Amino acid sequence: MNSPNASGWKPEMTRAEGSAPATVTGNRALMLEEPLLFEIGQAGVTGVDLPPVDAAAACRLGAMKRAGIIDLPGLSEPETVRHYTRLSRQNYGIDMGLFPLGSCTMKHNPRLNEKVARMAGFADLHPLQPQDTVRGALEVINQLAFWLLELTGMHGVAMTPKAGAHGELCGILCIRAALEARGDAREVVLVPESAHGTNPATAAFAGYRVENIPANSAGRVDLAALKARLGPDVAAVMITNPNTCGLFERDMMAISDAVHAAGAFVYCDGANFNAIVGKVRPGDLGVDAMHINLHKTFSTPHGGGGPGSGPVVLSEALSPFGPLPFTARDRDGVVHLVEEESADEFGHTQAFGRMAAFHGQMGMFTRALAYILSHGADGLKQVAEDAVLNANYVLRSLEDVLDAPFAASGPCMHEALLGDAGFGGGLSTLDLAKSLIDEGYHPMTMYFPLVVHGAMLIEPTETESKAGLDQFIVAMRGLAARAKAGDESMKHAPYHAPRRRLDETLAARKPVLCWEPGRSDL
Amino acid sequence: MRYLPLTDTDRRAMLAKVGAASIDDLFFDVPEAARLAGPIEGLPLHAGEMAVERHMAKLAAKNLSAGSAPFFLGAGAYRHHIPASVDHLIQRGEFLTAYTPYQPEIAQGTLQMLFEFQTQVARLYGCAVANASMYDGSTACWEAVAMVGRITRRKRVVLSGALHPHYAAVVRTMAKFTDDRIADALPALQGEPDNDGLIARIDDDTSCVVVQYPDVLGRIPDLAEIAEAAHAKGALLIAVNTEPVALGAIRSPGDLGADIVVGEGQALGVGLQFGGPYLGLFAVRDAKHVRQMPGRLCGETVDAEGKRGFVLTLSTREQHIRREKATSNICTNAGLCALAFTIHLTLLGGTGMARLAAENHRLACFAADRLAKVPGVSLLNASFFNEFTLKLGTDAREVVRKLADRDVLAGVSLGRLFPGAQSLADGLLVAVTETTSEEDIETFASALEEVLV
Repeated sequence: MNSPNASGWKPEMTRAEGSAPATVTGNRALMLEEPLLFEIGQAGVTGVDLPPVDAAAACRLGAMKRAGIIDLPGLSEPETVRHYTRLSRQNYGIDMGLFPLGSCTMKHNPRLNEKVARMAGFADLHPLQPQDTVRGALEVINQLAFWLLELTGMHGVAMTPKAGAHGELCGILCIRAALEARGDAREVVLVPESAHGTNPATAAFAGYRVENIPANSAGRVDLAALKARLGPDVAAVMITNPNTCGLFERDMMAISDAVHAAGAFVYCDGANFNAIVGKVRPGDLGVDAMHINLHKTFSTPHGGGGPGSGPVVLSEALSPFGPLPFTARDRDGVVHLVEEESADEFGHTQAFGRMAAFHGQMGMFTRALAYILSHGADGLKQVAEDAVLNANYVLRSLEDVLDAPFAASGPCMHEALLGDAGFGGGLSTLDLAKSLIDEGYHPMTMYFPLVVHGAMLIEPTETESKAGLDQFIVAMRGLAARAKAGDESMKHAPYHAPRRRLDETLAARKPVLCWEPGRSDL
Repeated sequence: MRYLPLTDTDRRAMLAKVGAASIDDLFFDVPEAARLAGPIEGLPLHAGEMAVERHMAKLAAKNLSAGSAPFFLGAGAYRHHIPASVDHLIQRGEFLTAYTPYQPEIAQGTLQMLFEFQTQVARLYGCAVANASMYDGSTACWEAVAMVGRITRRKRVVLSGALHPHYAAVVRTMAKFTDDRIADALPALQGEPDNDGLIARIDDDTSCVVVQYPDVLGRIPDLAEIAEAAHAKGALLIAVNTEPVALGAIRSPGDLGADIVVGEGQALGVGLQFGGPYLGLFAVRDAKHVRQMPGRLCGETVDAEGKRGFVLTLSTREQHIRREKATSNICTNAGLCALAFTIHLTLLGGTGMARLAAENHRLACFAADRLAKVPGVSLLNASFFNEFTLKLGTDAREVVRKLADRDVLAGVSLGRLFPGAQSLADGLLVAVTETTSEEDIETFASALEEVLV
């Protein structure tokens, strides 16, 4: 048994003398309360030195000229640095500790990648510069595309999608374009119950009707039920593999064969590609389209909600329909940006259109390429192996104290799925997760996938050490014991975070989405 | 490998704990026929930090960066000076390495920042509510069109000819799959936007009119007139802004009657980055439309002790709750770019925005006058902010190429933006910001004169 920490403190030790009095300010040492910008900034203040406005200067703005200034407070530079530094300290990040959000792949973000992305030769380029002035940048896109194709065994790749869900849309639009090109109007996209919410939302956005396919008792797609539903109205099946229960779809090849035999396409949600990179190639499993979250598998930082990047790899059947623009090498090895007017020249005449202005998330491409080159083919394989080993280690270290619905079906992939069956005193997953905050961890993904009661999806990733996982396991086992015993105090956790539980019902019932002066209705 | 903490001893101990003889036992479910035996052949193996940095630096050196040449490109992406503190602050690990704030008790930094960002965007745009960001301006534009379809239940979308053609292309691409009918046109090369022509295209089936402000040629349309005409037909006005700095000098679209205001926020804090990641801004003038909005919304609330705090809210609009009935499929958006934007805007404040806009406009006026003196060159715009269109009397693409050979990044030819449109081929779109020096303008003018001879 590991000790809970190395400070000399033990849970059974008595408290130091005296309980904490309330502070005068509400601050607690390093934890400082920070007002809103609008409460500290002033309209006349600016932290940027610029010449004052010359009212007599020439004006070619026409009738839309603004009278007066926008009502926006400003801060000097020191106040600005302090405001955002204080805010940052109310956040948990991977840099601080384990961030085991299942499906989100919160792995270490290497700082080399930040450095590379900021090189002026990448960061300070305009997307519409003449191509001869940006060959190195186009080369980056093309080299990354090459790696993505090699690692997935696919035929083509669309680099422009801006995040995973945008990539899903790209893949589904390719499928729709391919079906339309053969005069085959189909209406339905099949999605497993355990799918990410983006899957059905994407299919609906692309004009399809969404139907669920059930899972079997081993947490995988029910192949027989899928086969029974396939027919001439089904355009595609969207499968996540490894799936959101953290399990590999054992029947993947049979699923692909059945889908293809029915004239439909296989879309794979690649959110969990990090579990299999270098171990198996989706192209060898019959996948027709798969997005890759560069901000998951290839470590570009999540940034508190993006930016992401979601390139989509495509099979030979779908590649002709990929969106513009993209990069391609000519016979002399020079990389070109293929846009609307040069598409014919590069034999790409059936593009379904354009998904976004410009050419994709360059700032993410440079980071992802640096990450891939750092690992190489051998390192990427090790990434998948260590990610899977870490998840299984957590699963097998917790399955005796927490409900582990699929543990008996064999090893998991990169994430361990647990449930809250057996908790006492009306406690649930939420209470355990909030208690985990007090222990210094970011909680796991809660209540997803929907197929498990009180789901807790734990994805440690490969960048956690064994010692770090052992500490986490100690914390989890302790909390599991308290939850089973119905420890009432867990219902009010967290106690030590910058905020106690927040009233989400109030936020939704009386939405306050914008600051207004003098409002005090809360 | 420097990013992988497990040692071989660890791995052996962990395999023993999980009851596996080898790592491949854990990949038992992967069909054997598809399993790879070793690292994929023909690909490089792992490399040290220095080697990777060298490789990337070599590729970076093959590019002509904007800061190393007289630079005049805009067309939806603008080069402004970004205060050094912006990049310092966004690299704090607590911001950089956090996830979407699903656990608000330990994400108040991101959430308060988003609440402040939403308020800043709403004020900038003259709107009631802004969301927590979209991917970029072009996708925000499409999402606005989709949202209007839900509100009006109409299917005809009127695009101004002077909407950025990439934005129009995104709308057209998506409309194919939602049965929206798109009415668009090429812009006429004239000094003022063709408001009458645009208004004439609005009919009783029109769901919305999409107008860029300032438009893709740099002209500044009278949005109030278009808003009134659209509303008279029961249609909504979507205003698109690709240069937020302009709003320091011209009136906010919401104040002029635009119902939804979307735009690209890249100009503040984000940088050029060869086209991405950028920052989609999205706001509605009337809060009654908030439940039809796409994307994340951050709202104020209180915690169990009564302290003010912030949470993501109204998520019953979103994909993770509503699935196929969601208002959008967007999940990850542009959080860190929103942070950069909000820090830059906090440094500027309203006063700094007015000064920055004035400086941009002063230099743009100087450049327009100087360049229009080049023989054969004329200025198209009657109105402009920091970007204007020159007519060169010859194919502008060729001119741009020749100037690039002289290390002058001369602007964006309309031929690049509107391939195949002969009527626009001699147009050159020139952007000038506070980063442009008078010396750069002189260099550009002399080089242009030489090239046009």
